[in-house]
Amino acid sequence: MAGSTVTRVRRQLPTSPWLFAAPGLVIAGAFVLYPFVSTVVNAFTDRRTLVPGDFVGLANFRELLHDDMFWIGLRNSTLYVLGVVPALVILPLLLALLVQKNIPGVTFFRSAFYTPVVASIVVVGLIWVWLLDERGLVNSLLETVGAGRVGFLSDQWLLLLSAMTVTVWKGLGYYMIIYLAALANVPRELHEAAAVDGAGPVRRFLSVTVPAVRSTMVLVAALSSVAAFKVFSEVYLLAGPSGGPAGEDTTLVMLVQRTGTGLSGRVGYASAISVVVFVVTVALMLLVLRADRREDS
Amino acid sequence: MSVVDRTRPRERPATAGSPTRPRLTDEHGRRVRAWELALRYVLLLAVLALTVGPFLWQLSTSLKGPTEDIFSSPPKFLPGDPTLHNYERVADTIPVWDYALNSLKVATANVVTNCVGSALAGYALARLRYRGRRAATLAFVLAMLVPVEGIIIAQFTTMRELGLNNTLVGVVLPGCVAALNVLLMRNAFLNLPYEIEEAAFVDGADVWQRFWRIALPSVRGTLAVVAIFAFMGAWDDFLWPLIVLSDPSRFTLTIGLNYLHGTFANDERLVAAGTIIAVAPLILLFACLQRYFFRGVGEGAVKG
Repeated sequence: MAGSTVTRVRRQLPTSPWLFAAPGLVIAGAFVLYPFVSTVVNAFTDRRTLVPGDFVGLANFRELLHDDMFWIGLRNSTLYVLGVVPALVILPLLLALLVQKNIPGVTFFRSAFYTPVVASIVVVGLIWVWLLDERGLVNSLLETVGAGRVGFLSDQWLLLLSAMTVTVWKGLGYYMIIYLAALANVPRELHEAAAVDGAGPVRRFLSVTVPAVRSTMVLVAALSSVAAFKVFSEVYLLAGPSGGPAGEDTTLVMLVQRTGTGLSGRVGYASAISVVVFVVTVALMLLVLRADRREDS
Repeated sequence: MSVVDRTRPRERPATAGSPTRPRLTDEHGRRVRAWELALRYVLLLAVLALTVGPFLWQLSTSLKGPTEDIFSSPPKFLPGDPTLHNYERVADTIPVWDYALNSLKVATANVVTNCVGSALAGYALARLRYRGRRAATLAFVLAMLVPVEGIIIAQFTTMRELGLNNTLVGVVLPGCVAALNVLLMRNAFLNLPYEIEEAAFVDGADVWQRFWRIALPSVRGTLAVVAIFAFMGAWDDFLWPLIVLSDPSRFTLTIGLNYLHGTFANDERLVAAGTIIAVAPLILLFACLQRYFFRGVGEGAVKG
């Protein structure tokens, strides 16, 4: 019945459906799909910002293999995934359990824990730069308790670790909400049955909660690993545009931004790095999803 | 469902010291043990300190006067003599109000275009039948999957070819009808029953009238979510404006802050004041609209 009505609609106003979809399609086509295709095409050219460039085949990719900065970027982006993803799969789940119970004031805590998600990444980055400064709050607390000051932002590895902390700190609330929605659908009977069987809280968490929210954990792992691999702002803000001491904290997207923009930007080369980012991102998604399927069988 | 679920607490949550309020029950209607409740509040307060504390520290720094030692050890959490002087100074150093206005323009435009564009396209995908509809849906799904970070250089060159680099229009344009929002609106329209629209059709309403008068008012909730996220996304965006804007007079607030930080990194009071100017409107907006964020979760939680 619905079909017949809409068929008549079409006869009545043959052009209007496209008018409805047009604004969205034009934007998606011109600023997402076309740039995607042109990124892939540009990756095989030596295009620069002001020079159209020629087809150079795999030259950009061959150059990547010998570019130390590319390997540094790949290493840091990979480390970022390894450092951030486990924390973002586990900590928000624990946080969700903490704010799940309807005790007085819990809605206030939920909103408060979400504040870092709302705040812009630049604000968050600058707040943490100040917290982790040589003379900042963390160091003055460390000094107060008798420990020495730590150069969080001057050491290559501590800087990367600090950026990861910022990413986790900002992401906690976001994934907490996703977990809260999943926890709401866990049947209470399971918990009650386990409790009757004498299972303590830890046991119930491991054998009831975790299996029940496993698919959500996979989703969070997929989302957070893709986001972590493409990290830009946190490291850029903590390490500065050049990527920390000797550029050792550069990530792949920072490298794309640095090489591809400006009047002398190497658009072709930056596009080749972007293609690597695409490929790894898709691979990460497939890897996470495949790991999920294997555990199922 | 227990009574505690429904009634609002009459007093502020007890701190760890006084957890022994009588007859507090959990969502199962069972009594919550005092020590467990105490532990919960201790943990909640600890996480609160970790998540909100840094903002408060930034606020405190922004209120400290030029003679006050902001590097003291042990740290002083409250400004000795609170002053708004730093807020005046930040406005003297960079045109922070112009930047805020630019951000507001960008965010408002992003809200309008996203709401209008994704409602129209979502309606077309969900409710209208025409040749190429599947292709249109596929185009939006693909657009949603493309990572922005990977195409940003190509977006930049596209913008340059259009002569829109270094303009606020250029900042807005790439995200002005996000594919994700189109698909969200499509799902919202799909969930509406067909019968009402059919009745309107029989009464002679054309497609625009049915869209505007009947379908759109029914998906206000989703539209509100799209609007909130469009505003926050645009207000917060960093990488794209950083690439597209080069003239400091056109900066948005996030880029302006980064510039402030780069230029005046040695005066934390100034940077702190700038970040508070940037974050305060968002926190206020969020505080007013937070029930939209958590409504779905809350609905799920009281079921069963």
